[in-house]
Amino acid sequence: MTAAVIAAAPREPSYLAYRGRYSGILGWIFSLDHKRIGVMYLIAQAVFFLVGASLGVTMRLQLMRPDNHLVQPQVYNALFTLHGVIMIFLFVIPSLSASFGNFFLPILIGAKDVSFPKLNLMSWYLFMIGAVVALMSLFTGNGPPDTGWTFYVPYSIRTSTNVVMGLTGVFIIGFSSILTGLNFITTVHRLRAPGMSWFRMPLFVWALYATAWIQVLATPILGITLALVVVERLAGVGIFDPAKGGDPILYQHLFWIYSHPAVYIMILPAMGAITEIIPTFSHRTIFGYKAIAMSSMAIALLGSLVWGHHMFVSGQSDVADITFSLLTFLVAIPSAVKVFNWTATLYKGSIVLEAPMLYALSFIFLFSIGGLTGLMQGALAVDVHLHDTAFIVGHFHYVMFGGTGFGFFAALHYWFPKMFGRSYSDKVARLAWGILFVGFNTLYFPFLILGWLGMPRRYYTYSFPQFASLEMLSTVGSWILVTGILLMVGNFLHAALKGARAEDNPWGGVTLDWKIPSPPPLENFEQIPVITQGPYDGFEGQAPR
Amino acid sequence: MRYGASNTAEAVNSAFLFIFITCVALLALITCLMIAFVIKYHHSRHTQVVNIKGNAALEVIWTVIPTILVLIMFYYGVAGFRVMRVGPANAFQVHVTGRMWSWLFTYKNGIQSDTLKIPVDTTIKTVISSQDVLHSFFIPAFRIKQDAVPGRENHLYFKAYRVGSYDVMCAEFCGLRHAYMLSKVEVMPKQAFFDWYAKNKPKELPKVKPGASRTAQLAARGAQLVQLKGCTTCHSADGSKKVGPSFKGLYGSMVTVATRGKTRTVTADDAYLRRSILEPGADVVKGHLNIMPSQKGLLTDEEAESLIAHIAGLKGGKAEQ
Ligand code: HEC
Ligand SMILES: [Cu+2]
Ligand SMILES: [Cu+2]
Repeated sequence: MTAAVIAAAPREPSYLAYRGRYSGILGWIFSLDHKRIGVMYLIAQAVFFLVGASLGVTMRLQLMRPDNHLVQPQVYNALFTLHGVIMIFLFVIPSLSASFGNFFLPILIGAKDVSFPKLNLMSWYLFMIGAVVALMSLFTGNGPPDTGWTFYVPYSIRTSTNVVMGLTGVFIIGFSSILTGLNFITTVHRLRAPGMSWFRMPLFVWALYATAWIQVLATPILGITLALVVVERLAGVGIFDPAKGGDPILYQHLFWIYSHPAVYIMILPAMGAITEIIPTFSHRTIFGYKAIAMSSMAIALLGSLVWGHHMFVSGQSDVADITFSLLTFLVAIPSAVKVFNWTATLYKGSIVLEAPMLYALSFIFLFSIGGLTGLMQGALAVDVHLHDTAFIVGHFHYVMFGGTGFGFFAALHYWFPKMFGRSYSDKVARLAWGILFVGFNTLYFPFLILGWLGMPRRYYTYSFPQFASLEMLSTVGSWILVTGILLMVGNFLHAALKGARAEDNPWGGVTLDWKIPSPPPLENFEQIPVITQGPYDGFEGQAPR
Repeated sequence: MRYGASNTAEAVNSAFLFIFITCVALLALITCLMIAFVIKYHHSRHTQVVNIKGNAALEVIWTVIPTILVLIMFYYGVAGFRVMRVGPANAFQVHVTGRMWSWLFTYKNGIQSDTLKIPVDTTIKTVISSQDVLHSFFIPAFRIKQDAVPGRENHLYFKAYRVGSYDVMCAEFCGLRHAYMLSKVEVMPKQAFFDWYAKNKPKELPKVKPGASRTAQLAARGAQLVQLKGCTTCHSADGSKKVGPSFKGLYGSMVTVATRGKTRTVTADDAYLRRSILEPGADVVKGHLNIMPSQKGLLTDEEAESLIAHIAGLKGGKAEQ
């Protein structure tokens, strides 16, 4: 039936088919269309994710057995640095914001594009240039940086590896993030469709809006800090290195003033996507719209004040330790509120367990583990023991991968038919999800136990027999996880090339994205829609499938 | 009842236990609710959706209860933290020095040791610092950790409950051999400890007398110093390869170095060795990383001389670099 409708109604060419001034690849890299830019981010991020993941798998092989010497120690140190830099700065910081945000923010608020399309394309270029510069540090100078993604001084000032190049790359990527944030804030303020008041915005938009503020306000601090390290390395000015009269703790403050809020840059958009998916697959309205919207803003605000919890054992004052611990516990509350509201949204719905929903529900479970282990680290005494151990690594992989990563996969399964107009195999998608979920927990849960037992992070190898079996288990988990990832990627590639045509609204969603064709036409809407109700009100009276 | 190897372990364990149980309960609650809803309201069973938009009372409840819970957790965390940060004035003091890549423990009476020997049931005050980059002094069994930061002293108190030997690790990434920066805490019965403490008080080193045997005396002193100052973690005396070049056959040989980026060849004479030890960054030996911690301010003149005499004594056969 749908096919007939598609054939019958003459449509504008989709953004994929549209031919502008340039064609072929040039039609993409010179395109100002937010959808094409979003897809370009998506492809770049996916590639970086796969590169980062292979580095991670190599690390797991090295740690598989005690006293293993699969790679040299210097290689291992470069591996965890690059794994961190690539995953953090090239995958989870742009996360859903750059890819799905770019694609869907204008659509969800009924706009034709973002406020500054040229700036948007420039952000993508900055992102790619930064990435290339960062990756060039691999092949130039004295070898890849070996400092960890945190670039802690004085080591980062003393080491002879190519830290300056790496930092420069990250510095450039930072600008991409700032400009995207600026663009989104303006877009949300200026381009909402008539009738779309603040509280009629979909919750993904709220999440992107909160994220954008953090990007604009916090990222410059990272830029300045990294620039200072470069100045110190090149000019020998004593800013952070105590041997030259500098203060290494100051570096840690500056670094985490950005990098803690950055955690919310990474997770908020994923939370936003989950908030779209759960009502759609429960076929009912969201529970607690305002609570969820406001908790995004509360997280953005409170999350900017807790950076010192990364420094409980650094030697900062006890008063600072206690204050940061208290604030850390408070920032847990808005996240908890979201979890409760998502769960309540399932209540009295009519739930369909298709792939996006499976990812969304497992997001809640994994993110809860991430958040709850965060509480353990927020408690001062407990953090003294857990800090810089495998527990921390486990915790942030539950948040970053179980949270942002699974949120990203959820969004990809949810919006793939809309973005590319093709359907993937739901069976394969569910199978891949099952493998991923099992692999993920087999890989990362042992980290939590290992950390409690005292296994420090960033250890090239270990001789302690008490760690051996859990390290082995974790490595086996990485193999399972990789299988799941490859299956998922294969499913998408197959769908993109050979998939059946997707319907305009395959899931029965009610937000604006589901009211336009799949894939959307260049200008999204033939006519700018007029909004008369809340974003999730459309389920009223709708018969579930 | 004591449950833990130290008073700090006890404090951390009890805080952890409370938080752990609360967290498991919360996770179980969320997970069970999710599964129950998915089953009960699965579209094959339930099609009559009810569009509940929210519930103010519920929102308040699930904001307030978690707030109370986290405040209790916060309290537990601070209470345990006090145990580590506040101690009696008469606590037994040990200086802990981190350096690439070994630990050095210095006692008030001048004893220096590469393992931490302490008496049982006595509050220990560790004063922690570093000679080069960041390290972190970590005793997993005692559940304590504190960064060693160059240029400042951090403090940590603990009291060990059981005689035994426990691992010491470095928890802050510090370069190539970070994973090997290990040591032990030996918790000894009080009597045995204080016997050791009194017996090992370092004797005044004999003054080096001028004359023919002076070099020999200095070299003998140097042989002890390379252990104590941690040189042997990076330099061998037998030509085997470590992070730094071997001392064997170094003296008098031609060394290729990079001086401010320029490559040149120099003879390893006394002046070169002194510069290499006090300002390692000035001439960086080819094929090696510039990571040797500078010994400026850490050595007396005589100690530097002793080290050079020791290295000069290790002639014979060119070392592999
Ligand atoms: C963290 C490892 C490390 C420690 C500890 C260390 N060194 Fe070094 N040392 C190096 C490295 C690496 C080099 C080569 C690079 C350079 O010249 O700076 C080096 C170079 C030297 C040289 C020049 C060698 C040559 O072949 O020309 C001397 C002499 C030296 N160290 C002496 C010492 C002494 C004495 C100590 C103890 C007080 C010591 N080092 C402690 C790593 C270390
Ligand atoms: Cu943080
Ligand atoms: Cu160390």
